[in-house]
Amino acid sequence: MQPPFDILPALLRGVWVTLELTFAAACLAFVISFVVGFGRMSKHLPLKILAAAYTEFFRGTSLLVQLFWVYFVLPLLHVNLTALQSGILILGLHFGAYGSEVVRSAMMAIAVGQTEAGIVLNMKRSQIRWRIILPQAFMIMIPTFGNNLIELLKATALVSLITLKDLMFQGTMIQNTTMRTTETFGLVLMIYFCLAYPLTLGVRWIERRITVGRA
Amino acid sequence: MEKQNDAVKGRPIVRYHKIAKVFGDQQVLTDIDLDIFPGEKVALIGPSGSGKTTLGRLLVTLERPTSGTIEVNGELLWHKSVNGQLLPADEKHLRRVRGQIGLVFQQFNLFPHMSILQNVMEAPVHVLGMSKGEAKEQATAMLNKVGLGHKLESYPRQLSGGQQQRVAIARALVMRPKVMVFDEVTSALDPEMVGEVLAVLKEIAAEGNMTMLLITHEMAFAREVADRVIFMDGKIVEQGSPNDIFVNPQNPRTNAFLSRFRQA
Repeated sequence: MQPPFDILPALLRGVWVTLELTFAAACLAFVISFVVGFGRMSKHLPLKILAAAYTEFFRGTSLLVQLFWVYFVLPLLHVNLTALQSGILILGLHFGAYGSEVVRSAMMAIAVGQTEAGIVLNMKRSQIRWRIILPQAFMIMIPTFGNNLIELLKATALVSLITLKDLMFQGTMIQNTTMRTTETFGLVLMIYFCLAYPLTLGVRWIERRITVGRA
Repeated sequence: MEKQNDAVKGRPIVRYHKIAKVFGDQQVLTDIDLDIFPGEKVALIGPSGSGKTTLGRLLVTLERPTSGTIEVNGELLWHKSVNGQLLPADEKHLRRVRGQIGLVFQQFNLFPHMSILQNVMEAPVHVLGMSKGEAKEQATAMLNKVGLGHKLESYPRQLSGGQQQRVAIARALVMRPKVMVFDEVTSALDPEMVGEVLAVLKEIAAEGNMTMLLITHEMAFAREVADRVIFMDGKIVEQGSPNDIFVNPQNPRTNAFLSRFRQA
């Protein structure tokens, strides 16, 4: 292939890691969003405090420092995780903290009349939550979840700093050995955009579908 | 003082005893004693903020009384009697007693993510444990009754206010409650839609056996349907037959309230 595209195969090997990481971390973040989000709405006070502390900790500290902690500090405490495991874990925990706020605020945005209608029909509290509130709240969550997914994809670039061979890592390696700085990072930039833009379009498409349905 | 329709007798199905309700520093209900008998149609009238909606909401556990007791069919609603002591009831007890009461809201509160049929089937399937087939049959029958049998697959947002309110009535009735509370069910409707909802209520009332608590501003409707009319303003000011209240009110406050409707 002609320059600059001769470096493309090496970069694409990194794309695979980036996508793998994004997918696994997104799944973890999705589950955590609901577990912690529901925890924050719990009547059980210790659970509520624990969930709030979790959210504030992961929102309030740097993602990069969190990654370094798990990959470089935990081994000193005899907890050894691979770079990939560390990346998935921290990205999942970090974006799960943001997601829990999305879940909580969406659930609280559903009109109180919906809960009251459930009570009057003699539904159980859990039925009201799962069958009445959540399906409506989920529609509100989807666009924000979509935006968080795009943020997550771009944030995966940080894992190159804990030796994971993702797109950013490959780019850095090529730049180090060839000194073709402009082309390399130009291509890296474009590839990230090509990955993120379909997600943006997807989110917009879903958003439109929802508003059509609701209006 | 208590004037009952001659047809209604026996043990009250709903008994409010010394009920008080305070919101913050505002006393909404004071010393309410009220017995409602099986099959009776009771209209609650009174100015805005007179506590009539609160009185209805207490019965379906949407509000908790500050003091006093409520009995449904001889059983305490908010309390459990343990060794002669009244203890707060748990959720299980509340659900069991509350199951006998239905309520229709001013704002309908239909489930927007479900079709009309699903709205009406939801509680029979998931609360009463009815099979889907049977629930569908009963829900369809009930929707036919309120004149919406042709809208089963529509969603609430596709219906007019009057139609939505009729769905809400069907959704409550399909649970076969012994007592129905209608909480200003026409107040949120455009004037041209009030009639269709009142017609459904009149039909239910004419069937006779349903106990109905009608919280309403529709005086002509109250006069036509109710066995007993109660004028309240934080407490029960005056009650009697529709004739007693509308033609010959004894209390000057009742008179002042009704005069506004007479002029209209």
